[in-house]
Amino acid sequence: MKFAVVTFPGSNCDDDCYEVVKEVLGQEIRFLWHKDRDLKGIDCVILPGGFSYGDYLRTGAVARFSPIMEVIIEYAQRGGLVLGICNGFQILLEAGLLPGAMLRNSFLSFICRDVFVRVETKETPFTRRCEPQQVLKLPIAHMDGHYFADPEILRRLEGEGQVVFRYCTARGDLSEEANPNGSLSHIAGICNSKRNVLGLMPHPERASEACLGGEDGRLIFESLLAGKNGLS
Amino acid sequence: MTRAKVYITYKAGVVDPQGVTIRGALVSLGFQEVQEVRMGKFIELELEGSSSDQLRSRLQSMCERLLANPIIEDFRFELDGEAAGAPGVKE
Repeated sequence: MKFAVVTFPGSNCDDDCYEVVKEVLGQEIRFLWHKDRDLKGIDCVILPGGFSYGDYLRTGAVARFSPIMEVIIEYAQRGGLVLGICNGFQILLEAGLLPGAMLRNSFLSFICRDVFVRVETKETPFTRRCEPQQVLKLPIAHMDGHYFADPEILRRLEGEGQVVFRYCTARGDLSEEANPNGSLSHIAGICNSKRNVLGLMPHPERASEACLGGEDGRLIFESLLAGKNGLS
Repeated sequence: MTRAKVYITYKAGVVDPQGVTIRGALVSLGFQEVQEVRMGKFIELELEGSSSDQLRSRLQSMCERLLANPIIEDFRFELDGEAAGAPGVKE
């Protein structure tokens, strides 16, 4: 399977994504520069974490107008697989590929620690290797991860099963204490209605090798491979 | 040249933790009359040309496409000496 990861000015998790796809999954991956206008025949594009354009104005607001985003929007609309992690999720929201918006964390602090998220649906190309309601331990590192959507969008997300991950306790229970940033309905990740675009705040690429303290994140990457090889 | 001032505020119903924190600080300083604080953004632009309907319509478009996020924010703007109109309404 051929992957690409986009580097925007200020991206800082692009190398981590590259490493996981190439060394852990043993798949092809290339870097794309934000000024590129060609996806070069890839099967999945990753928008990595970081602080694209210094998070100026709003997170993801400027990156969303990079030349590469024009082709990514077109690619996503054709059904291409797009994975947005952290700042990548914020860019997908600003680009309108996913509904809703990000607000500052409720307690106004940058949060960098492991959290638990519950897999709400395995009916996506990104979670098909997970068990239903499986609890994953993944790191978060963000200042603006408080997911917001108006009641109608939220109703649609819940109704169509587009909420993919929710913050939870180690046992998989939802509680205010287990919601690190105040996200609406404990949302940590959502997909679009066609289910080919996923955005999530936790960093699966930072938890894909035991030597980094966890391997739960690898399930997301392996799910993508499972689809490609017809294993699902 | 025309100077434009753009005011961006959170929509009613969108939580504003910074506003809540600022209110708490004001109250602790003895300003008990402060019932609510909402924080927003202020952006100044220098635009080529004189104030006109076309300029207003261009500025409206800048706000809708980039400066504000319509999901969470309202905006209003004023050109030079004009008073700011209703949020996001083109006259």
